[in-house]
Amino acid sequence: MLQLENVSKNFGGLPALSDVSFDVPRGKLTALIGPNGAGKSTMINCMTGVLEPSSGKIVFQQQLISKLPAYKISRLGISRTFQNLKIFPRLTVLENILTGLSTEGGDSMVMAMLRLPYLRHQERQLKLRAMAALDRFGLTDKANWPAGVLAYGDKKRVELARATVGNPQLILLDEPVAGLNAEETATVAEQLRLLRSTGHTMLLVEHDMDLVMEIADQVVVLDSGKCIATGTPDEVRNNPLVLEAYLGRMDATA
Amino acid sequence: MTNQQKIVYFLYLHRTGLTVAGLSIALLIFPLLEDNPYTIGSTNLIAINAIVVLGLNLFIGYAGQISLGHAAFFGLGAYGSAIATVTFGIPPWPAMVLVACGVALVALILGIPILRLSGHYLAMATLGLNFVVHSVLLQWDEVTGGPSGFSGIPSLSFGSFEFDDEIRLHYLLWGITLMCLLLCLNLVRSGVGRGLAALAGDETAAAALGVNTRNAKIKIFVLSAALASLAGSLFAHTYSFVSPDSFGIFTSADMVIMVVVGGMGSIWGSLFGAALMTMMPEWMDLFETYKDFVHGGILVLVLMFLPQGLVTGLIEIAKTRWALRRQKDAAA
Repeated sequence: MLQLENVSKNFGGLPALSDVSFDVPRGKLTALIGPNGAGKSTMINCMTGVLEPSSGKIVFQQQLISKLPAYKISRLGISRTFQNLKIFPRLTVLENILTGLSTEGGDSMVMAMLRLPYLRHQERQLKLRAMAALDRFGLTDKANWPAGVLAYGDKKRVELARATVGNPQLILLDEPVAGLNAEETATVAEQLRLLRSTGHTMLLVEHDMDLVMEIADQVVVLDSGKCIATGTPDEVRNNPLVLEAYLGRMDATA
Repeated sequence: MTNQQKIVYFLYLHRTGLTVAGLSIALLIFPLLEDNPYTIGSTNLIAINAIVVLGLNLFIGYAGQISLGHAAFFGLGAYGSAIATVTFGIPPWPAMVLVACGVALVALILGIPILRLSGHYLAMATLGLNFVVHSVLLQWDEVTGGPSGFSGIPSLSFGSFEFDDEIRLHYLLWGITLMCLLLCLNLVRSGVGRGLAALAGDETAAAALGVNTRNAKIKIFVLSAALASLAGSLFAHTYSFVSPDSFGIFTSADMVIMVVVGGMGSIWGSLFGAALMTMMPEWMDLFETYKDFVHGGILVLVLMFLPQGLVTGLIEIAKTRWALRRQKDAAA
C-alpha cells in the first residue's frame, strides 16, 4: 500500500535518513522501531508531508506523494497521531473528533456561510459519525468536556479517535502508548487490534517492545537513519544486527 | 425525560438560534424604549465596529493570525465609497459592493505574500500596511481631501426612503450587522470553521487533518478585509464625512482590543467587545480623557487574567468547572 524507495533526508548535510526502503502492506500492522535518534520521527514526518525527503520516492497507492503538501497527503487517506499530543484543548472532545472530518463538507467558505440545507443534513451525519467514534473509544460521557481537562490517557484516545474517524486508508501512529500505564497500554493495544480486524492498515512507531512484539505483523528496524532489518517479530527478535544495535544495547544498560 | 429536562435540552440544542432571535427582538424594540438620538447614535457605532470586529475575530481567534492593520481596510472602504459616490457619481449601494470587492482583491494580493509570515513579523507587516494607507489618505489631497477630510457623502436610501436619522440608521445598520453575524456563526459551525479552529490550535495538526492551512488563512484575511470595507462604507454614509484620523493605527489597535476583550474565537464575544469598548467613553468621562491609557490597561488586565478574552474566558472557566464536577461525581 505504501512503498518507500531509497528515501533520504539530510538536515544541513547531516543525514537523518539514508536510503531507507520498505513496504507497508495493506491490512497489516507494521511496526517501525529503533533506538532514540534512529530517524523514526523524521520518517513519519516525510511520509505525512511535514518534511520533504532530500531524495528517494514515497508511493501511496500508485501515487507519488513525496513532494505533496501535508494536507493533500491527508486527503488521500493517510492520517496520523503525534508523539507529543496535538489535540485542541479549548475545543470539546466531540469538536476535537469533528476536526478529523473538517474537510468532508468541502472547502467552500461561501457554502459554509450560507448553511444550505444539504450542509445541515451533512452536519448531522458527521455528528453521528463522531459520536460513533467516541463510543468506540469509550469517551461518550465526556463528549462535551473541554479536551484540555481530560486525563493523559483520555487525551491519547481522543487523538486516536480523531485520526480514525475519517476512515483513513493508512494510520500512522507515533508512539501511541508512550507515558501510559500497563492497564491503559492494554486498552490501546486492544483498540489497535480492533482497528486491524476492521481492515485498517497501520504503521506503528513505538518504543514499547512488548507491545510491538505482541501485535505487529511486520517489524522494520531503523538505526542511525538506516533500515537494518525487516521481518516478522520473531525474525527481527533473533536478527544479530538488531540485537547488536538495539536490544543488545538495552541489555547492556539494564 | 421529564418536561423540565426536555425544555432544557431544547434550549441547549437551539441555543444559537434562540440567542439570535432574542437579540433581534431586543434590537427591534430598542428605539421604542430609548428616544435619545445621541444614545442611538452611539449604539449605531457599535454595529459598525462589530462588523469589523467579527471579521477580525475570525482572522485572530479562528485562523490564529494577527493583524494590526485592519483600520486600513476600514479606511479604504470608507474613502472608496466616498470617492465612488461623490467624485464618480456611482449610486451608494453598487458602490459599496464594488468597493468591498476591490478591497477584497487588494487583501488577496497583499495576503499571498504577507501571510507567509507569522507572529511578530505578521504584526509588523500589517502595521506597515496601515501606515501606508493612512499616509496616502493624508497626503493625496486632490483625491482624498487630505487632512481636512472628505465631506458631503450622501446618505443611503431605498428609493425616496433615506436613512438620514438615527432610528432609521439603527434598523439598517443592525440589520446588516445581524446578517454578518449569522454568516459568521454559520461559518464557524461548519466543517470549514472547525478546520479554522484546528488551524488556530496547531498548524501542523490542522494540515495533518487535511486543512489547506495556507489557503484558509488567505481566505479568512480576504473575508475580514471585505467585512472591514463594508463597515467603512457604512461609516462614510452614516456620518457623511470621513477624515484620515479615523483610520490610523490606533483604530487598528482598538479593533484588536475589542477582539481580545470580547473573546478570541467567539462570535458573540466580538459583539460584546465592540459594544463594551464603544460605549465605555460614553459611560465615564475618565475614559474619554484617558482613552488610550484605559484601553491599554484593560488589554493588559484581560491578557493577564483571561487570555482568551472576557466572554470566551468566562465560558471556558464555566465549562471546565462543570467537567471537573462531573468527574468528581463520577468518582464518588
